[in-house]
Amino acid sequence: MRNAVTIASTLLLLFVVQAASNSLQAASIEAPQLAQVKPATFRYWAAGEFTRAGKPVDAPQVEVRIRRLFSIMVHQVTVGEYRRCVADNACAPLADDSAKDNLPAVMVSWRDAQSYAAWLSRKLGAHYRLPTDEEWTYAAGSRAPDESPLGVGDAISRWVARYNRESKLQPSDPTPQPIGSFGANENGLLDIAGNVWEWTDTCFTRSVIEDGKPRAVTTNCGVRIAEGRHRAYISDFIRDARGGGCAVGLPPSNLGFRLVRDSKPYWWF
Amino acid sequence: MGIVMNMSRRTALLGVAGVAGVAGMAAVASNNSSDAALAAVPTDEPGQLPALREKVNLVAPPFVHPHQQAANRPPVIKEFKLTVEEKKIVIDDDGTTMQAMTYNGSIPGPLMVVHQGDYIELTLVNPDTNTMAHNIDFHAATGALGGAEFTLVNPGEQAVLRFKATRPGVFVYHCAPGGPMIPWHVVSGMSGAVMILPRDGLKDGAGKPLRYDRIFYIGENEFYIPRDEKGKFKSYDSLGDSYADTEQAMRGLIPSHVVFNGKVGALTGKNAMTARVGETVLIVHSQANRDTRPHLIGGHGDYVWEQGKFSNAPATNLETWFVRGGSAGAALYTFRQPGIYAYVNHNLIEAALLGATAHFKVEGTWNDDLMIQVQPPGPIAKTARGS
Repeated sequence: MRNAVTIASTLLLLFVVQAASNSLQAASIEAPQLAQVKPATFRYWAAGEFTRAGKPVDAPQVEVRIRRLFSIMVHQVTVGEYRRCVADNACAPLADDSAKDNLPAVMVSWRDAQSYAAWLSRKLGAHYRLPTDEEWTYAAGSRAPDESPLGVGDAISRWVARYNRESKLQPSDPTPQPIGSFGANENGLLDIAGNVWEWTDTCFTRSVIEDGKPRAVTTNCGVRIAEGRHRAYISDFIRDARGGGCAVGLPPSNLGFRLVRDSKPYWWF
Repeated sequence: MGIVMNMSRRTALLGVAGVAGVAGMAAVASNNSSDAALAAVPTDEPGQLPALREKVNLVAPPFVHPHQQAANRPPVIKEFKLTVEEKKIVIDDDGTTMQAMTYNGSIPGPLMVVHQGDYIELTLVNPDTNTMAHNIDFHAATGALGGAEFTLVNPGEQAVLRFKATRPGVFVYHCAPGGPMIPWHVVSGMSGAVMILPRDGLKDGAGKPLRYDRIFYIGENEFYIPRDEKGKFKSYDSLGDSYADTEQAMRGLIPSHVVFNGKVGALTGKNAMTARVGETVLIVHSQANRDTRPHLIGGHGDYVWEQGKFSNAPATNLETWFVRGGSAGAALYTFRQPGIYAYVNHNLIEAALLGATAHFKVEGTWNDDLMIQVQPPGPIAKTARGS
């Protein structure tokens, strides 16, 4: 009994100490605005590439279950917010020094986003991270891009059909706009699928479909998914995808990010 | 300069008779090889300007105005009009601007198509909304600095120049107002091209006719946009304001942008060029200032007039060709596979990072014999030997 009390009070003490140090740290930086996302099940066009019997096929639509309550930033990380991380020497400087504070931070690589998430987690005593592609797609709601099959036969026709689809969606003005310029979706999130593509944590995966079920066979975590008007697969160190990446694709106009906060406390990890 | 122009104008008026004299002499020339070369240049009957005139409405690149490939009538005088437009344009997806100088509002200026033996009669208009004097130098023309001497127009002026299209090929035209203004006007966008077709159309080295179903004119330009101390591109309110910094950037000889059709990505996405499997496409490529090396990724040059002159037999089966700065080239290709092709300047840094990429979107049926994906990417197979 005594041991249990000792353990309990030690844990309580730890919790109090952590909470106190959190509030000390939090005094120096505001917590971001978050929207809560409840656990849910939804249909999702799987990411990556798929083959069946050795032939490339369209991605299947799968059921995804979001198991945990999580919160997602209402808007993309801004220039002003990102600069705090740079000032703390925890993030690499932004390419554009003179960008205004209320613009989304762009020309940011997946690695930059990781640095920022780690720094913010330390500062606020909570676990911030990039969303998975499923989480982002669910939170994006009606603004999630159309990744449905292109309804054509062979891989080459699919290539051209994808090019046509992306051509129609390409933002007419790629200049970053002040937060909120692209409006809110039904979940209260701002600027989803505007002209900034947002990094997710999800790696590029190649899967085979056997007995109707996808099974991942290769994963390349040097390439991550960036979501916006269409799904893009970008190397994790790239800050500016417009140079093309491939000779023939329609690259993201800008690369930025927003973070998710897990409901588990920071010290749980 | 005024005196020279007056003399030239007088000579031009008399010129028909003068030319007749020279031509007549060439006809009775000896075996001297240079005279033989002169005789080889086609000359119409001296003093006979074509009776027929035809006004041509120019079309913005990459498209080309309708024309016959093989001429179906005797030579004509083709009337063209170019209006100079100075304007501030956006040249990339960062919103970088440039104070541009253009013919007819486009970079490059439009392609003019005639046949050998035709006359090109150009009206060059410089509206008073512009701030600079402009002119035009046709590389296809003979004399007077390509016509530049005869066409220097101030804002509010126009001039008319006529020259005979004596040599078949694709040729650059560009603004050349004099001294340092020449490179500045050219790298600000003021160039285009003409195509002078042989009267019986294009032919291969054996004399077999070559015909195209579609023609695209791709003008490649490089820009030298000045940067501030932080490395950001600068923006200017007027042409004059931009000159000093731009001249400095030009002297470095390293462009900040290398683009097709005047802007990064101008010929991609919604503006990708299109064709069908089985169609033959002629791609005219000009670069008025700087060397380039076009390459069609996924394709080839079936017949390429690398130097751009149709009196030379085309090279065949090229992977990449060379268009020297200050010239135009032409490549003919029949698409054999559907899909997306990138047409690039094959300095890949310039293609991917500076903007020199265009796309072709080609529909049709795939040919498995030419290429087949035997095994799509997948896990590495384990061999029996266990290596």
